[in-house]
Amino acid sequence: MITLTVNGTRYEIEVEADTPLLWVLRDHLALTGTKFGCGMAQCGACTIHLDGEPIRSCVIPAAAAAGRRITTIEGLSDDRSHPVQKAWIEHDVPQCGYCQSGQIMTAAALLEQKSDPSDADIDAVMTNICRCGTYQPMRAAIHRAAELAREVS
Amino acid sequence: MNTPSSLSSALPGFTRRSFVKATLSATGGLALGFHLPAIAAMDGPWATDVEGAEINAWLVIAPDDTVTIRVAQSDMGQGVFTAMPMLVAEELECDWQHVRAEYASANRSLREDRIYQRMGTGGSNAVRISRPYLQQAGASARERLIAAAASEWGVPASECRASKSRVIHEASGHSKRYGELAAAAAGITLDAEPEIRKPGEYQLLGTSLPRLDVPAKVDGSAVYGIDVRVPGMVYAAVAVCPVWEGRLQSVDAAPARSMRGVKDVVTMDDAVAVVADSYWRAKKALEALSPQWDFGEHAGASSEAFKARFLAALDEKGTIAEEAGDAYGQLENAATVIEADYSAPYLAHLALEPVNCTVHIQRDRVDVWTGSQNPESVLTVAAEESGRPTEQVHVHSCHLGGGFGRRSRPDFVARAVTIARRVEAPVQVIYSREEDTRTGHFRPMAEFRLRAGLDAEGKPAALVNRSSTHSILAGLRPEAVANGIDQSSLSWLTNSPYAFAHRSIEHHLQRTHVPVWFWRAVGATQNAFALESFLDEMAHAAGQCPWRFRRALLAERPDIIRVLDAAAEQAGWNTALPRGQGRGIALVESFGSICAQVAEVDVSQSGEVTVKRVVSTLDCGNTVNPQTIDEQVQSSVVYGLSAAFWGKVEIQDGRARHGNFDRHRVLKMAETPKMETHLVLSGGDKWGGVGEPAVPPVVPAVCNAIFAAIGKRVRTLPLSDQDLSWS
Ligand code: FES
Ligand code: FES
Repeated sequence: MITLTVNGTRYEIEVEADTPLLWVLRDHLALTGTKFGCGMAQCGACTIHLDGEPIRSCVIPAAAAAGRRITTIEGLSDDRSHPVQKAWIEHDVPQCGYCQSGQIMTAAALLEQKSDPSDADIDAVMTNICRCGTYQPMRAAIHRAAELAREVS
Repeated sequence: MNTPSSLSSALPGFTRRSFVKATLSATGGLALGFHLPAIAAMDGPWATDVEGAEINAWLVIAPDDTVTIRVAQSDMGQGVFTAMPMLVAEELECDWQHVRAEYASANRSLREDRIYQRMGTGGSNAVRISRPYLQQAGASARERLIAAAASEWGVPASECRASKSRVIHEASGHSKRYGELAAAAAGITLDAEPEIRKPGEYQLLGTSLPRLDVPAKVDGSAVYGIDVRVPGMVYAAVAVCPVWEGRLQSVDAAPARSMRGVKDVVTMDDAVAVVADSYWRAKKALEALSPQWDFGEHAGASSEAFKARFLAALDEKGTIAEEAGDAYGQLENAATVIEADYSAPYLAHLALEPVNCTVHIQRDRVDVWTGSQNPESVLTVAAEESGRPTEQVHVHSCHLGGGFGRRSRPDFVARAVTIARRVEAPVQVIYSREEDTRTGHFRPMAEFRLRAGLDAEGKPAALVNRSSTHSILAGLRPEAVANGIDQSSLSWLTNSPYAFAHRSIEHHLQRTHVPVWFWRAVGATQNAFALESFLDEMAHAAGQCPWRFRRALLAERPDIIRVLDAAAEQAGWNTALPRGQGRGIALVESFGSICAQVAEVDVSQSGEVTVKRVVSTLDCGNTVNPQTIDEQVQSSVVYGLSAAFWGKVEIQDGRARHGNFDRHRVLKMAETPKMETHLVLSGGDKWGGVGEPAVPPVVPAVCNAIFAAIGKRVRTLPLSDQDLSWS
């Protein structure tokens, strides 16, 4: 039995300790917004926040997340009001959309660290794969999200 | 006037509108997590029992004016979930704010004499083919709404007009909402179908509208095939014989069966699957097995050996695909003859969502949930594999995590149904990334030998082009490969706009045991790499600028010249660059559109290539949603660059050597150049595709830029295999 706190809710889950967090979220908690793309920390589709840090959940055993604060795309906001989500909508970023939860979580974590990231900051952190090639609007949306976040605070 | 819905009867008690969403997070308390009622929150894009009056199969209007428009094509990122509704709404005169989209039902289409006409997606033809009948569906519905209002008011329909989801009769001051008129309109038959609007008359088409599916794609709520959750569902992980055409000899199921959560081990002719109560348990148990494969006769095959075979064929004259003048004679008399071999590898699609499919077989029905490029073929395959009549099969179309051609092949559906037949529960079959890649069907590998003659003034005198490659159609529609010629393998080589009076376009069709399939932009991808690079070689041999050299060959095609010139101008073609930097130009007409591109690269002395900028110009005639077009061009550039830099499926020991992104690198944010799209629209009746035409030219544009930068000619892809160092 592992106890996880996801998006503010505590869950007790009957699962092997080495099960990657990704599959606990998807199969046991039905939080399917976090995606599977590679299973080996290559693509970033499974990115979530662990105590505010962006983590590729496909390679983190669920047990390692016990007692820590887990945030998934479903917990980023209730109503798409996070600045990154707003900027993503403004810039019409998603195409197929499959990578986007991971991209958004990565970008949101970046903005927590740097309120006004440079292009180089963005390049360094945004290493998630987008096969649809939405990188250019995504970059613009990150700058825009930074602006929106500053307006709010 | 509801449409027949399959889902509500599939899952007793479940209707989309009546279900209350599970409130898990509201309490902050303790919840027990396993198989939570996730289905309750599932709001997929599939056809539903939507409330309202169905005016025709394409659209339903609810009392609150919400217009639900059915989309028969699949959105794999290219925007048809928005573009198709725009085509309907253009004529309907409804308020766009009240439009929602959902996928059309394949089951209904087959039952009702193909009421959705065609449901496949590919060949960049969603708008090109569907536009007239979708506009017609919208226009027809509008006229029926007007007729309903007119008859209620006792005024001539001709005195009424429709605007923003209302019918208005100015003279009497009458006005009614569509939601109030829909039920009556549904019962009206028109004497004659209205005319549809033409280019120049559009109000909605040609405007940039945000995609309808974007909100669901920024909060994790969009339901992809892999996200489907059906009550009682189990998961399956599958291992297919890594060598195509190989067989499963035997497997001892015991090690898996004893593992936690495992329900079953399913063996197939060429595969083994483990079914468990979670995907991870299924996958772990699958890894515990040691299947014995009979790899069959191809166990020793390699792409290296294929290449030698394909190349050897080029020594011989091939099947003549197109011939004019006396190419061989002219070559002999030419002042200069140049010759070069080009080589392009197999390419995997690598859509980010690995293929997957959920199947529930019950006594009187089969339900299939998946993201596919062709729900009708999914349905047909599921019927065949389950032995059920097609009427009993219901396909619920999910969002697609990429397609690029891969999801037009329903092999994974057949596999899922085969597994589901042996399981007493709904089962979701998920391919691992490695399995997705290794069971993939690839862009054909191809070898080319090109020869050209130039006269004393550097004018092109003759072209001989031999290509040695697969035929995709041979395995699909053998009748389409008459006389050993597959036109889809020859795109941009035959029917070329380049005026070579003396030419011989020859073809050697090859076959290996490696399955090939449509990959974004298909044959033009390998062919443009060879031809557009070779044209660059010819231009340099003639001492001419590659842009002007092409222009001279295109005198008959002013439309292409316009697109080409725009690319050169926008890119600042004539401005000088220091050594180590260069610009390359290339051009392809495909899927009804013309695309020219100029790539600007920087090559470090150690041979690292950075693409700094790509300017694309496109003539797709007219536009539906210009913003989507720009996005699709960028998407194509990124897709093409990934292929140019790293794209290669290496075959060794009969199988794809690498399966995951660690060895199949693709472009990331930091490597993405600055991209600009300029539309050079010729208008008129031209409607060209936009999802693919920008893929083929970008690869040779980059290779030509590398030559301009450092004088090294890339004749084999990918770039990562080439030594591009210089001093
Ligand atoms: S699925 Fe975790 S990084 Fe790809
Ligand atoms: S939007 Fe399709 S993979 Fe990123």
